[in-house]
Amino acid sequence: MHKKKEITAVKNNRPVDNGLATFRMPIAAIASITHRITGVALLVAVGFLMWALSTSLESQAGFDQVQNVLTHWFAKFIAWGIASFIVYHFIAGIKHLLMDAGYFETKETGPLAAKGVFALSAVGILLVGVWIW
Amino acid sequence: MVRSITSMSRSGLMDWLVQRVSAVVLASYALFMFGYLLFNADLTYEQWSGLFSGLVFKIYTLAMLLALAGHIWVGMWTIATDYLKPTGIRFVFLSVIALANFSYFVIGVTAVWGV
Repeated sequence: MHKKKEITAVKNNRPVDNGLATFRMPIAAIASITHRITGVALLVAVGFLMWALSTSLESQAGFDQVQNVLTHWFAKFIAWGIASFIVYHFIAGIKHLLMDAGYFETKETGPLAAKGVFALSAVGILLVGVWIW
Repeated sequence: MVRSITSMSRSGLMDWLVQRVSAVVLASYALFMFGYLLFNADLTYEQWSGLFSGLVFKIYTLAMLLALAGHIWVGMWTIATDYLKPTGIRFVFLSVIALANFSYFVIGVTAVWGV
């Protein structure tokens, strides 16, 4: 309660402002919203993936075209971004399934699992980056 | 009883299951693709089209595309109903999603159909 009312003498049963905007999001909430954000990002990314899939399977020329595009640094950056979203969404999704099964739902284990998701994703995203370049 | 008509199966429980079953299909496909591309660094067109010409992998890919369409719809529906409160805006948003989703599905099916 960061805003103690100075006017308590007037009325002591007035609603108390707990300062909702000042609450920090718990790490599990950050993991959850990131899962959603990567999901929306992947919706756009799937457009690129579908282009790559259909062009590369179309003909030898199409296959070469996709390979050529992927030699450009910016295309590699996009590919890395897409792969990163997949890595995070994948790992956070597994946490989701584990939580469905009743694990990582307590005040102690919940934040722990969220930290695990961030740590594993960071490693995965780094490795994918090394692989692409 | 008020029921949502835009949720995929018009049942929250069914949507919940669709999201999880499709997730497992997508996860396994993603894992396979990461592995395949990792171990075939100098991939040729013959190899690549050969992979998709097999019936089993074709079925797997079509299952993945179906799972993707379901997963996208349930996920986007959940997000739209959580964050977009005005009905008109949500309707337009979900219409765009549906169009993109269906287009992805058609592009994906067309890509593997003739291979």
